[in-house]
Amino acid sequence: MKEPNIIVCAKQIPDPEAPFSNVTVDVENKEVLVDAPDVISPYDENALEAAIRIKEEMGGKITVLSMGRKVSDTVLRKSLAAGADSLILLEDPEFDRLQSQSVGYVLSRAIEKIGEYDLILTGRQAGDWDSGQVGLILGELLGIPSISLARSVKVKDGSVLVEKTVPVGYEVVEADLPAVVTVSNEVGELRYVARTKLLGLLRRPMVIPKWGRKELSLEAEKLKTVGLIELSPPADMRRECVFIEGPTAEDMAGKLFSVFKELR
Amino acid sequence: MNEVLLLVESKGGLLDNKTLELIRGGSDLAKDMGLDASAVVVGHETSSLAESAASYGLTKIYRLEHPLLEGFQPDAWVGALEWLCKQITPRLLIISHSFVGKEVAPRLASRLNVELTADCISLRVDPEDGLLVRSKPIYGGNAIAILKVEGIPQIVTVRKNAFEPMEPVAAKSEVVEMVPSLDESVLRVKSLKTVEEEVVELDKANVVIAGGRGIVEKEDFELLIALGKAMSKAHGNVMIGCSRPVVDKCWMSSDHQVGLTGSMIAPDAYIAVGISGAIQHLVGMIRSKKIITINTDPGCNMFKVSDYGIVADYKDILPALLKKLEERS
Repeated sequence: MKEPNIIVCAKQIPDPEAPFSNVTVDVENKEVLVDAPDVISPYDENALEAAIRIKEEMGGKITVLSMGRKVSDTVLRKSLAAGADSLILLEDPEFDRLQSQSVGYVLSRAIEKIGEYDLILTGRQAGDWDSGQVGLILGELLGIPSISLARSVKVKDGSVLVEKTVPVGYEVVEADLPAVVTVSNEVGELRYVARTKLLGLLRRPMVIPKWGRKELSLEAEKLKTVGLIELSPPADMRRECVFIEGPTAEDMAGKLFSVFKELR
Repeated sequence: MNEVLLLVESKGGLLDNKTLELIRGGSDLAKDMGLDASAVVVGHETSSLAESAASYGLTKIYRLEHPLLEGFQPDAWVGALEWLCKQITPRLLIISHSFVGKEVAPRLASRLNVELTADCISLRVDPEDGLLVRSKPIYGGNAIAILKVEGIPQIVTVRKNAFEPMEPVAAKSEVVEMVPSLDESVLRVKSLKTVEEEVVELDKANVVIAGGRGIVEKEDFELLIALGKAMSKAHGNVMIGCSRPVVDKCWMSSDHQVGLTGSMIAPDAYIAVGISGAIQHLVGMIRSKKIITINTDPGCNMFKVSDYGIVADYKDILPALLKKLEERS
């Protein structure tokens, strides 16, 4: 078959692995403040890795789409350094805090604007709101098959072959292209990108298209926000930790062994 | 538009405990709204499942019966549920945030042109406008968002343990059998085969020993496994868990993963080795009775939620501990 055009939808979020002590809930402004740099959402990185493996095997082109109120191309350029061919930022003040259906709507219009595509990959869920909806909604809005929780993705003779994680093990499923597949972390982490390569890419002048509401001719009433009425901090999880100390590992192990005996 | 509808799920042909939780939650909400609560059973030859669902005080059990609904083919299930919702227009649709729910709910919401709130931990009704008030953890559990969404049906998926399971009652619900209009053309994704793998059920463990990013080599998990074996003599069922980075490295299969997208467990003891304590991990194990952490970084978050901690290299502690267990047992 011809070389596939792959679109990867990747979200920029504050590092979800930031320690909880770096996260503040601003109750008044209903905002979560994270003292950590932004990253590409981890499952979207898994999706990008799956796309790059397909490209290595079959050739083709990978376009990364990222959407938000304000998207930073310095965060997203990592995808180019890893192996994507082009990057399109969907940016508009009105893209802030949109409902999943509205996010699906914006992405579907952008994908239709790109026009030619065979496979759409995205993470199983984003690491901030963890809703896990957008990939499946895209399938509905574009009227194409959707497959979730992929642990491996292969393209073959106009169809996509996926090993999908299911509760008893895995299921092998197939769908005609174009299709959308949501990717899980069993696919494996995004390949290592050398820092020098990344820095080189950051310095290189590059025209990165930015599409907003106007460029995508979006209907304003279809951009609905999430309807957040309140934001609160979680229940306190802290416990009083007793530190087991000692001069040697044997000594500490002995004390821990005594703790084990109390567990019974 | 006068019903609360919930989706029945089964496990080994029996009602899943998650569904019993939904029945309780759905029935309470229905009472608050002055509506009936009903459930839908989707599948093929499900009369006994429908009968058991009929024992929990619901008004009706809709039994969607079709050969294409055998097993779980998402395309067919979404099609059947869309068909039912268009027939009976429920006011509220409640689905478990389970393997089935995560797949079906977003697609169904899209077809019904409403917004789903996924993974809710509590629900109530606003008496002013009759809308559902949905609480949902965001940023891995670092904040709880409380949301209201317009549209009918109001649709949510609900996390395990959000409600107490319902007990059976004497009165039986009416079972309504319906045959949705479906044909082969809805199946756009073809299932070629399902491969069963040995899957660990971490929620059955008395003790979980889990490794994280701090584990230097894949082979080092042998230390955790050996410790597990030695502990099982005195502590019952000891299983090996891990945090997400370990699965990302393909060192362990995802059934071992503890956390938001893995298992959420509450064993008697949880031993965290080389796990820094990202919030997504903590929400999966924070209900453990005793938490013990071994980590070289005294500042890591895992210690803040632990009962006992050792600041040391697991490569020193685990062999010493193993020796102690072997000597004294």
